[in-house]
Amino acid sequence: MNLSAKWEVVVGIETHAQLSTVSKIFSGASTAFGAAPNSQASAVDIALPGVLPVLNKGAVERAIRFGLAVGGTVNRRSVFARKNYFYPDLPKGYQISQYEIPVVQGGSIAIVSATRGAIKVALTRAHLEEDAGKSLHEGLDMHGALGRGVTGIDLNRAGTPLLEIVSEPEMRSAEEAVAYAKTLHSLVRWIGICDGNMQEGSFRCDANVSVRQAGETRLGTRCEIKNLNSFRFMQQAIEFEVRRQIELIEDGGKVVQETRLYDSERNETRPMRSKEDAQDYRYFPDPDLPPLVIDEAWIESIRGQMAELPDAKRVRYERDYSLFPEDAAALTASAEIAAYFEQTLDELKLRSDVPYLSQSPDAANAKSVANWVLNELGALVNQAETTIANSRVTPRQLAALLAQLFNKKISSRGAKEVLAAMWAGEGDAEEIIAARGLQQISDAGALEKIVDEVLSANGAIVAEYKAGKEKSFNSLVGKAMAATKGNANPAQVNAILKRKLAGSS
Amino acid sequence: MITASVAELSRALLARRLSSVELAKALLDRIDAANPMLNAFLTVDRDGALAQAKAADTRIAAGNASPLTGVPLAHKDVIMTAGLRTTCGSRMLENFVAPYNAFVADRLADAGMVLLGKTNMDEFAMGSSNENSYFGPVKNPWDQTCVAGGSSGGSAAAVAARLVPAATGTDTGGSIRQPAALSGVCGLKPTYGICSRYGLVAFASSLDTPGAFGQTVEDCALLLNAMAGHDARDSTSVDRPAEDYMRLLAADAGAKPLAGLRIGLPREYYGSGVEPDIANAIGAAIDALKLLGATTVDVSLPNVEYSLPVYYVISPAEASSNLARFDGVRYGHRAAKYDDLMDMYKKTRAEGFGAEVKRRILVGTYVLSHGYYDAYYLKAQQVRRLIADDFTRAYQSCDVIVGPTSPTTAFCMGDNTDDPVKMYLNDIFTIASNLTGTPAISIPCGFDGKGLPIGLQIQGAAFAEAQILNVAHRYQQATDWHRRVPPDFSP
Repeated sequence: MNLSAKWEVVVGIETHAQLSTVSKIFSGASTAFGAAPNSQASAVDIALPGVLPVLNKGAVERAIRFGLAVGGTVNRRSVFARKNYFYPDLPKGYQISQYEIPVVQGGSIAIVSATRGAIKVALTRAHLEEDAGKSLHEGLDMHGALGRGVTGIDLNRAGTPLLEIVSEPEMRSAEEAVAYAKTLHSLVRWIGICDGNMQEGSFRCDANVSVRQAGETRLGTRCEIKNLNSFRFMQQAIEFEVRRQIELIEDGGKVVQETRLYDSERNETRPMRSKEDAQDYRYFPDPDLPPLVIDEAWIESIRGQMAELPDAKRVRYERDYSLFPEDAAALTASAEIAAYFEQTLDELKLRSDVPYLSQSPDAANAKSVANWVLNELGALVNQAETTIANSRVTPRQLAALLAQLFNKKISSRGAKEVLAAMWAGEGDAEEIIAARGLQQISDAGALEKIVDEVLSANGAIVAEYKAGKEKSFNSLVGKAMAATKGNANPAQVNAILKRKLAGSS
Repeated sequence: MITASVAELSRALLARRLSSVELAKALLDRIDAANPMLNAFLTVDRDGALAQAKAADTRIAAGNASPLTGVPLAHKDVIMTAGLRTTCGSRMLENFVAPYNAFVADRLADAGMVLLGKTNMDEFAMGSSNENSYFGPVKNPWDQTCVAGGSSGGSAAAVAARLVPAATGTDTGGSIRQPAALSGVCGLKPTYGICSRYGLVAFASSLDTPGAFGQTVEDCALLLNAMAGHDARDSTSVDRPAEDYMRLLAADAGAKPLAGLRIGLPREYYGSGVEPDIANAIGAAIDALKLLGATTVDVSLPNVEYSLPVYYVISPAEASSNLARFDGVRYGHRAAKYDDLMDMYKKTRAEGFGAEVKRRILVGTYVLSHGYYDAYYLKAQQVRRLIADDFTRAYQSCDVIVGPTSPTTAFCMGDNTDDPVKMYLNDIFTIASNLTGTPAISIPCGFDGKGLPIGLQIQGAAFAEAQILNVAHRYQQATDWHRRVPPDFSP
C-alpha cells in the first residue's frame, strides 16, 4: 500500500478462537460441526427454565495453555459475567463471558514485520465465553408451512467454548495485522486448543482500525471491521478501511466510531451499527457460577505437558542446525511440518548406514533435510493440494532416500526422481533406485574407462578446449554424464577429466 | 388420620395400618372439596398420584421403603416436574410442561413421596401475599378474606388446611417463612447450596433456596434429609458429607433439652413496627425456650436495617437477567400478532408478565445500567457483605437468633397491593437469611386477637440446620400451637 508518509495506521485485533473441547463450555452437548439444526442443543443450550451452567474444565485447561504459550498471566481467580441483550439466537437473553477479571492477562505474540523487523505484539487479555447460536434467514423450508421472511434458529453452536483474544493496538499496517493473525492462528493450532478452521468459523478475527498523523501519540477514532473470514480478506479490508479513513479526514470529515462489515465481493467496508446504537450490556457477575479459581498445581501440570513452542523451536533450529532463519520459520509454521522434519531426522539417526548422523552435530545434513522437506516434498504436497500431515511419503521413507543421497549412492537429481516416484506409490527408495537403475557410479575404474571413451570419441571438442575454449570442458562432462544416464558422480567425473586433459597436453 | 403429620403417616404406612393409595385418594378428595375456596393448587394430578401411591404400597410391602415412602406431597409450581405443567404462577408459562425433574423433585420422588399436585404462588416467586399469581390469590385457611402470604402461599395454605402433609417451597427473601407464619405452619429455609437449585425457575440466583413446609419441625427435618445433597448440575451446590437432620431430634434430652443454648436477641428486631400481639407472642416463646434451659443474650446487627434496600437492588438485578429467556422464541407464551422481532418481544413480555414482575425487571435493568451499576448493584453487594459480617460477629456470642418472622399477621386481600414498599416490608425479618445464605425456620407460636397465626423465626449460622431444627422441635414438644387446625378445615 502506498501510504502518504504523514499517516500512521493503528490496528488491534480481536480473535474468537473456538476451543477444541468435545462438549460445550457449560453443558454436555457435543460441539461437532455440521450436525442437523438443533440436534446438539441440550436443555441448558436452549435455556429451559431452571437449568444451570456447569463449567467445562477442558475449556479452562485450554485457556491456561494459551496463557502459558503467550507468556501471559493466568489469573488465579477470574469471574464469569453475564452480558445481557435480546437476540433470538441467544437463548438465555445473556451471554456468559468474562468481563472485569479475565482468565488470561498480558502476554505477547512475536511477528516479523516487513518494515519493522522482528516485533512483539502485546496482548491485552484472553477470556472465556460461550458462543451464540445461528439465525438462518435464508433457504429455510420448514415443512413448507412457513413462507418468506421466516427466520430459523439453530442452537447447535450455542454454548460452544470460545477464547476471545484481544491484542493491544500495536500493529502499524494491514501486513502486520495479517502476520499477527497468521502467527496466532498457527499458535492456537500448535498448542492444540483450536482447530483453526476459518471456513467453519473456528477462528474469527475482527480488526479495530484507526489512523493518525505521523508523530501523534493519541489514538484516532477507530472502526471495528467484522466478517474477515480469511487472511486475504483481512488484508484487503484493513487496506480499504485505512484508505477510507484517510480520504475522509483529508476531505475535512471525521471518522465516526462504528462497527463495519467487510464485503469481500465489492472489497469494501460498510457501516453495520454506530456507537450510538451500542447496547448497554448490563454486565454483572453470573450468580450461577462461582469465581473460577486456578491453583498453582493445575498450571504447573499443564506447563509440564506442553510441547516446545514454535518460537523456542525456531530458535533451536537456527542454533543447533544452523538453518537459515526463513527455513527455521517455515519448519515451525505448524506443528505438523515441525514434527515431519524432526521425525525424518530421528529416522536418519536410527539408520545404521549413516552412523555419522548420530555422532556429529549433523548441521550440513539437517540443512539438507530441511531443504528436502520444505522444497522438494513441499512442492509435491502443494501440487497434490494436501498438507504435510497427509503426505504420501512418510518421514521414514524420506529418511531412507536421504540416506542413499548422503552416502552418495544416488545423485541429487536421481533422488528427486525417486521422491516423485515414491509419492506416486512406486515403493521405497531402494526398490525404485534399483528398478530405474539410478545407482550413482562412483567406482573410479569404471569412471576412468568412460572418460577415456568420451575423450577418444570427441577429439574435436578436446581440441577446442586445448585451444582455450573453457566451455568445452562442460560439454565433455555432459557427454560423460550422458554416457552413464546421469548416474556418474559428477565431482569424480570432473576430477578425472581435469587430470586427463592436463596430462595429455 | 389422613390429616396427621408426615412422621405419623410414615409410621402408619410402614406398619401397613394405612395404604398410600387410600391416603392419596382421601387427600385428593379433600383437595377437590377445599381448593375452590383456597385456590392453593394450580394443578392436581390424580392419576399420577394414584400410580405413585400404588408403587409406594408395593415398595412398602417389599420392605425397602424410606421414611417418606407413600407420604403425599405438593410442589410449589416453580419446581420442574417432568410431564406435569409448571406455570410459575405466570401467564408466560401457563401451558409449560417441563421435560425434566428438578433435583429436589427427583430426590423426593426417589424417597417414594406421592406428588398430588402443584401449588399456587406469586408470579415468578415475586410477592409476599400470593396476590401476584396469574391464577388468582391463595386464601388464608384461617380467614379467607386474608392473604396466605407469599410467594409460596399455595404450599403454606395447603399444609395449613391439611390438604397435604408436606410441601416444597422456595425462599428468596422469605417466601417460605413468611407464608408459613401467616398460615400457621412450619417453613424451613436451609443454607444456600444445601439443596440444589437445578430445576427451580430462577428468580434471584444468589438468593433462591428450596425448602420445606410441614405441620411439625420433625416433618421439615424428614423432608430436608431427602432434599439435601450435592448436585454437579448446580455449580453453587455445596459438596459436603451427608447429614442426618433428625439426629438431634430423636434424643431424649430430659427436662432441660436446651441447656447451654445461647439465644441471640437482636435489638434491631424488637423495635417499633411489630404488632403488639406479635411482640407478646414472641416474648412468651422466648420465655418457653428459657424454661427449656436456654439463656438469652442481646446482640446487635447494625447493618441489618439495610437488608430491604440491598435485597431490592440485588434480587431485581438478577431477576431482570434470569427472566430474559422468556422471550417467546422457544417456549412459553408468544403474542399472537406482531409486526417484527422487536414487536414480538414487546408484546410477548407485556402480555406474559404481570405488573409486579415487570416492576422488578425494570428496577433490575435500571440498577445494572451503565453509570448506575456502581452506585446500586456494587454498593448493594458491599453492604450485603457487611450484613453477613454482622451475623458472623453475632454468632460469636450466641448459637441461634430468635425473633418474629413477620411484622404483621395475615393482612386482608388488597390491603397492600397499591403500595409496593409496604408490601416489601413484610420480609424485613426474613431477607437477611437470604442475603447471608444462612438457614432459618418459622414455626407457629400463637395467635393474634383476630385468631390469625403468628410465626416465630429461629435463624442459625451456615449449616446449623440440625441446631435450629432441634431448638424449634424442643419448643414444639413443649407447646401445641402447631397442632391447631383452621376451624373451617378441621376434619
